[in-house]
Amino acid sequence: MDISTQDAPVPPPAPAPSLEQKRASRGATRPGDRVFLGLSRGSGILLLVIMAAIAGFLTYRAALAISEDEANFLTSFEWDANGTPPKFGIAVLAYGTVISSVIAMVIAVPISVGIALFITHYAPRRLGGVISYVIDLLAAVPSIVYGLWGALVLVPHLNGLYGWLDDYLGWTGVFEWQGGAARSLFTVGILLAIMILPIVTNVSREVFRQSPQMIEEAALALGATRWEVIRMSVLPFGRSGVISASMLGLGRALGETMAVATVLSPSFLINASLLDPGGGTFAQNIASKFGEATPVGRDALIASGLVLFVITLLVNGAARAIIARRKEYSGANA
Amino acid sequence: MKLQRKNRLRALSLGAVAVSGALALTACGSDDTGGGSGASGAPSAAAGSIKCDDAKGELLAAGSSAQKNAIDAWMKQYTASCKDVRINYNPNGSGAGITNFLQGQTAFAGSDSPLDAEEIAKSKEVCKDSQAIDLPMVGGPIAVSYNLPGVDGLVLDAPTLAKIFDDKIKTWDDEAIAKLNPDAKLPGTKIQTFHRSDDSGTTDNFTKYLKAAAADNWKYEGGKAWQAKGGQSASGSSGLAQQVTQTAGAISYMELSYAKDAQTVHVKTGAATPVEATVDNATKAIAEAKVVGEGSDLALELNYEPTADGAYPITLVTYEIACEKGNKAETLAATKSFLTYVASEEGQAILKDASYAPMPEEIITKVRETVANLS
Amino acid sequence: MSHAVTEKRPSSLKGGSLPRWSAWAVALAATGAGLGISAAAGLDSSIQWALIAALLFVLVNYVLAVRVEGRRQAKDRLATSLVWVAFLLAVIPLASLIWETVSRGLKVFDVYFLTHSMGVVSDTEPGGGIYHAIIGTLEQVALATLIAVPIGVLTAVYLVEYGRGRLAKTVTFFVDVMTGIPSIVAGLFILSIMLILDLQPFGFAGSLALAILMMPVVVRSTEEMLKLVPNELREASLALGVPKWRTIMKVVLPTSIGGITTGVMLAVARIMGETAPVLLLVWGADYINNNPFEGAQASLPLYIYEQYANSAGSPAAYNRAWAAALALIAIVMILNLAARGIARWKAPKTGR
Repeated sequence: MDISTQDAPVPPPAPAPSLEQKRASRGATRPGDRVFLGLSRGSGILLLVIMAAIAGFLTYRAALAISEDEANFLTSFEWDANGTPPKFGIAVLAYGTVISSVIAMVIAVPISVGIALFITHYAPRRLGGVISYVIDLLAAVPSIVYGLWGALVLVPHLNGLYGWLDDYLGWTGVFEWQGGAARSLFTVGILLAIMILPIVTNVSREVFRQSPQMIEEAALALGATRWEVIRMSVLPFGRSGVISASMLGLGRALGETMAVATVLSPSFLINASLLDPGGGTFAQNIASKFGEATPVGRDALIASGLVLFVITLLVNGAARAIIARRKEYSGANA
Repeated sequence: MKLQRKNRLRALSLGAVAVSGALALTACGSDDTGGGSGASGAPSAAAGSIKCDDAKGELLAAGSSAQKNAIDAWMKQYTASCKDVRINYNPNGSGAGITNFLQGQTAFAGSDSPLDAEEIAKSKEVCKDSQAIDLPMVGGPIAVSYNLPGVDGLVLDAPTLAKIFDDKIKTWDDEAIAKLNPDAKLPGTKIQTFHRSDDSGTTDNFTKYLKAAAADNWKYEGGKAWQAKGGQSASGSSGLAQQVTQTAGAISYMELSYAKDAQTVHVKTGAATPVEATVDNATKAIAEAKVVGEGSDLALELNYEPTADGAYPITLVTYEIACEKGNKAETLAATKSFLTYVASEEGQAILKDASYAPMPEEIITKVRETVANLS
Repeated sequence: MSHAVTEKRPSSLKGGSLPRWSAWAVALAATGAGLGISAAAGLDSSIQWALIAALLFVLVNYVLAVRVEGRRQAKDRLATSLVWVAFLLAVIPLASLIWETVSRGLKVFDVYFLTHSMGVVSDTEPGGGIYHAIIGTLEQVALATLIAVPIGVLTAVYLVEYGRGRLAKTVTFFVDVMTGIPSIVAGLFILSIMLILDLQPFGFAGSLALAILMMPVVVRSTEEMLKLVPNELREASLALGVPKWRTIMKVVLPTSIGGITTGVMLAVARIMGETAPVLLLVWGADYINNNPFEGAQASLPLYIYEQYANSAGSPAAYNRAWAAALALIAIVMILNLAARGIARWKAPKTGR
């Protein structure tokens, strides 16, 4: 930045602008300005058009599919969209998508907050820098690689944990396990947690970093322990930031496709136990049913995609709204 | 100013490097992987009899994943002789394969089930006044493979299979299983059934068998989507094979070629001894199929309760689907030459190596006649 | 592990305090105990002993601190150990991911692998390579970038330089929302257009879906960068009578080009790993196809998925999948590092 302030990037000393020129430069009155404004506004409008088109096209294909549907699209547990007559419903998919994302959130949010605190308040400055760098890089690992790792490394390792859960918590019904491969919604939740960890950590870290130093130092000076400082000053300050970070992570988890498709053993029933097969997710179902889909089947998948689209819109919209409110409140700009 | 210029230039040159790098890359790769692997099915001398005629160009095809391995084997032999033809077979599933074909995207389709009346009617568009026909090319046993260390040659019959896959029989030492295997030491472990999570012709044929041979115990309608409740699932025969080898107590169904590393169930039929899932035994059962297609269409109706000795009842026949007349001019030569090879004696002979069953003589003769007349 | 805070205060005022090395000792002991218990109970999963060790570490630390230092300090220690555990819990799977990919991937990763396509090699046997997939990925991503960057940058310019009023607000909101579109939905959108137009799968269709995913990311990062350009620069330029559009082109954009490039490269890295839209729109192929506008193409992420899904458990296919994953991660990481390098090189000297 200092470079640019030193030599203002304008060609050699221009004569003082005449009044006329000044007026001209104020608004978009010159042809070049008009064209440029048109172009940039056009791009903005194009984005809106794309969004509208996505909603429009998906709705159109979905309407085609739903009109053929012999079962209740929202409540049916079946997915036989290729049959005659086609019968399909999204109940199981909605369940699986929500449950796996919730598990991911329950695991990832506390850990992410922990890492963010670690980076900003616990680790030595240099180590903190290295760690946040590594976490940034991990955010860039493609989801298919997480999927491959999940299926070939994580799943075999989870058998022991599943056995435990079944032994000690099996009586709750939620952690009953029949055995077999550990490829349930719970596994998907764990994998998704690992995948969204970087994004939640990153956003939380930025928020914690902005927490007012004066208050922290004041608290320390009064003899508060580090934990008390965090509990009383950092966490309240960062709460809305962490919430919006979690929502961003949630949005990611809801729409994750390939990692889920490689790890989950989907089935069209709802099981009280999280460890036994039961449920699928919207995105996974699209990826795995797409191959053999008939034209109606494809439209049915598009219809389920529309539901996913709406859900992620709501979640992301909510996250952004929280961020926006926080910005106004704290006056922070960045 | 100067500095910025430079920066921008650098940014630009970075882009230029990236683009030119990509362009340079496009020149240095190779598709020639034929001899490199040294694994099964390296081009053999028999390939000499393949007639390329003037076949060339890219032959796009799509469909059944059940015949993917067979296509791979044929492709290797065929393209070794006809170097100008490239075959790109996408195992995206029978349904998608037929859809692609009917939309004119592919030269032929691979399908686990023959075309239905509606599809034949639709095919008149793409085949210009003619219609699409089913050519049965590959048969195969659907093996029921299981992972039960110490138990060899497990014997099951249709009702027991139906009960297992319907979650009615839950452990391996169940009475019904013990009765069929008096000598085996059956463990008390839970049965882990695996089924396809995607829609599939294999599922369709397997459940058709259950329905035909054990109607009392299998009440589901059948179809390409798995309908029974319970059990775990995986995508593709390949996914099922992975799961069976990894999971103790697992049982699942898949084309024999995928069950190479696992134990397979001997199925008790009307015949005197239980039948093992082998290609020969499958061919014997397919020989009892009836041709139900009209005209040149060679759609088959399988008999799921064969009585012949050593006929394995759970089979699958997969078809290549092409236009009888009015095939696309660009790909006609390649399609015809490839299908001719596939139906030829050499083509059928290499199927056994890939764990598929050759078509019975009577049927394949008809196929050869039909292929010769494609236009 | 034990902290500056606890040390600075004279210990005479607050009673006993644990020695500095106590936490490390507890960590070691807990790890040992975890391993011991697992060995004794015959637990084979590393997840189990790690969890036991973590639990022991937190508990012992807390109990020790309650005894020696008092309740408040103990709570502090509890929090500290939990934060450390959280950190380790996160690092272990991530480290394992990198380790597995590198060690398994290197088995078949060589020049042959990089310069050959799958050709006629069937999925379950050894041989073949990823050349065709690399070409596909590079072409699809390059085309997506060509589409997304101009639109994204112009939109950001509009929002920052011109944007006032309702349109700008709407665009801002929808850009935010668009960031969250699942990739498979973008794929379905293009697919539904292709179904209407009766098009066959080809590389460029994938590029379109990827461009949709890329645009909002580019807009966001460019916006942030443009906001950092000091207003004085714009005013100086305008005061000299330079038209606004030239001011933007010659002053504002060049000043922020480093940041914008960084943002673009991060976005590129992001879309490079997308599988779902490619699965729906580009189909995948075993042969080299240099033309993204016609015919099915391969792509690296899709290749990984195919090798995994069609492998039937064959080690050869798994090896190829890992090696392709290694190649993909390498490309993405190089882009990331380059982006970060540019960012650091162009970053204002002050600031955090």
